[in-house]
Amino acid sequence: MMRFLGGCVCALLALVAAPAVVAQGGPLRIEITEGVIEPLPYAVPDFVAETASAGDYAGRLARVVAADLSGTGLFREIPSSAYIGSVSDFGAAVQYADWKAINAQALITGAVSVVGGQLNVKFRVYDVFSGAELGNGLQFAGPADGWRRMAHKVADAVYSRITGETGYFDSRVVFVSETGPKNERRKRLAIMDYDGANVQYLTDSSAIVLAPRFSPTGDRVLYTSYETGFPRIYVLDVGRVQRRVLEAGDATMSFAPRFAPDGNTVVFSLTEAGNSDIYTLNVATGARARLTTAPSIETAPSYSPDGRRIVFESDRSGSQQLYVMGADGSDPRRISFGDGRYGTPVWSPRGDLIAFTKQSKGRFHIGVMRTDGSEERLLTASFLDEGPTWSPNGRVIMFARETRGAAGRSSLYSVDISGRNLQPVRTPEGGSDPSWGPLQR
Amino acid sequence: MNTLTRIATVLAFGLLSACAQNSFDGNETALTGLPGGAGAGDLSADASDPTSAAYFQKAIGDRVLFPVDQSTLTAEAQSVLAAQAQWLSANPDYIANIEGHADEQGTREYNLALGARRANAAREYLVSQGIAGDRLRTVSFGKERPVEICSDESCYAKNRRAVTVLASGLTG
Repeated sequence: MMRFLGGCVCALLALVAAPAVVAQGGPLRIEITEGVIEPLPYAVPDFVAETASAGDYAGRLARVVAADLSGTGLFREIPSSAYIGSVSDFGAAVQYADWKAINAQALITGAVSVVGGQLNVKFRVYDVFSGAELGNGLQFAGPADGWRRMAHKVADAVYSRITGETGYFDSRVVFVSETGPKNERRKRLAIMDYDGANVQYLTDSSAIVLAPRFSPTGDRVLYTSYETGFPRIYVLDVGRVQRRVLEAGDATMSFAPRFAPDGNTVVFSLTEAGNSDIYTLNVATGARARLTTAPSIETAPSYSPDGRRIVFESDRSGSQQLYVMGADGSDPRRISFGDGRYGTPVWSPRGDLIAFTKQSKGRFHIGVMRTDGSEERLLTASFLDEGPTWSPNGRVIMFARETRGAAGRSSLYSVDISGRNLQPVRTPEGGSDPSWGPLQR
Repeated sequence: MNTLTRIATVLAFGLLSACAQNSFDGNETALTGLPGGAGAGDLSADASDPTSAAYFQKAIGDRVLFPVDQSTLTAEAQSVLAAQAQWLSANPDYIANIEGHADEQGTREYNLALGARRANAAREYLVSQGIAGDRLRTVSFGKERPVEICSDESCYAKNRRAVTVLASGLTG
């Protein structure tokens, strides 16, 4: 049976605060805006190993913190080869001049100890040019095999202190792992850390599986499987890796499920006599409600974070477009009016934007628009980009990109919502249909 | 078609034959147990028997093709389906699962819905020609199971299809 980290990085303690120092000059701060950003230079020396057996983790923790921060495109690491000073004692006073001299605006120091299989990780963040600590030191404890999570938590705290926004590094992504050519593709569900580490497989590839979607708390995953030969929606308990069919009616198929923010309602598409419409299902009672009745295709529904509205796609106008309706199906209103076809809308966790896939002039794009359809912005362009999913803080979008031709392959990518910092998310096999889960606790 | 595909398809057909006693209310898994859905196999061995599935596939034609983003039947598709209906009438032991497919130019969910429309269009035509509805089931594979894998219209045209996959189901 697979084992998952769950709630083990629990101790979150403020270290005894050093005497408060009032920052001199402007505070260390990145405002995340649409403008071009000069990444903020920072240094993160290897953590200090405070017990003999902690040596293995000292460098690795710092490397994961650096990968998280630099991976945002908002921060630029100063390599250790440029260091003048060093950090060998976590408690000692920081020599700001050494870090100013190499233009490190932020300095992150850490220490790690291992006691009885438990890892203790401490860190502090310094605003080098103000000569002051930024916030208080924090300490995390957990089993040693959860060391990457502790590094992500450090990076989340640093990101949060410098940008003023919640981070997204201690989060997981469920996706479809793919092998084989396009006409014999094998697909299985997989789960991984947001950065592609710790991949674990949740199903085998004996049946086609599609479009897994996390529950709001990340404890369950909805997906579509052909295991009976016909597409049906399943729900999988992530911790126990147990699944059950959720929607097994006698319709042609059920697909495109997503949880409501309450975690108890599922919105999905059901097809009868060739016509796909949107329904909801109460997971506890099995009660089903029909939200759309048009003879056109209605699918890919996604709730607003307050649970009051649903964005979906429909070809009722003659081509695939985006619509917003009440959570009860009332008052559907078209929001996409640009040139081309729009699909796979996903409401952002901040509520302010809707991400989508757009097809126009033979190209595919990932884009975002306001919830009324205004201010459309295309973030990517390729032969085939599709299926956006939001980072927990609504700043980054992950999606799948399939390449052209007989040797075409699907891989995961991420991009920030201003269209900067497009980068591959490395997975052991091909990847598609990512769903980004919440920040872990 | 490479060897692997051929083996998989022959296996699929073996599975279909093995469940000859099942009606559609029975075991779905046995009917379309493989994640294939290609719907075509190298069955030339018994294509000379006009009551065989291989004959249906080769001489009648097991599939109809659709224009981009369409599920309406072309005149050519209607004539293929009319011939299928005639054959199904003459061979009442067979049931069929109609598989709808789309090319890769489209999002996953939309293509699933589009494939379902195509399969249903073929099914409705067969019903209009007198085939009992309970002999005809449908499934959509969206863009998951193309038969051709180039990214050009020459391949896309063959992938936008509805395939009538036979199983001998009403005997006994």
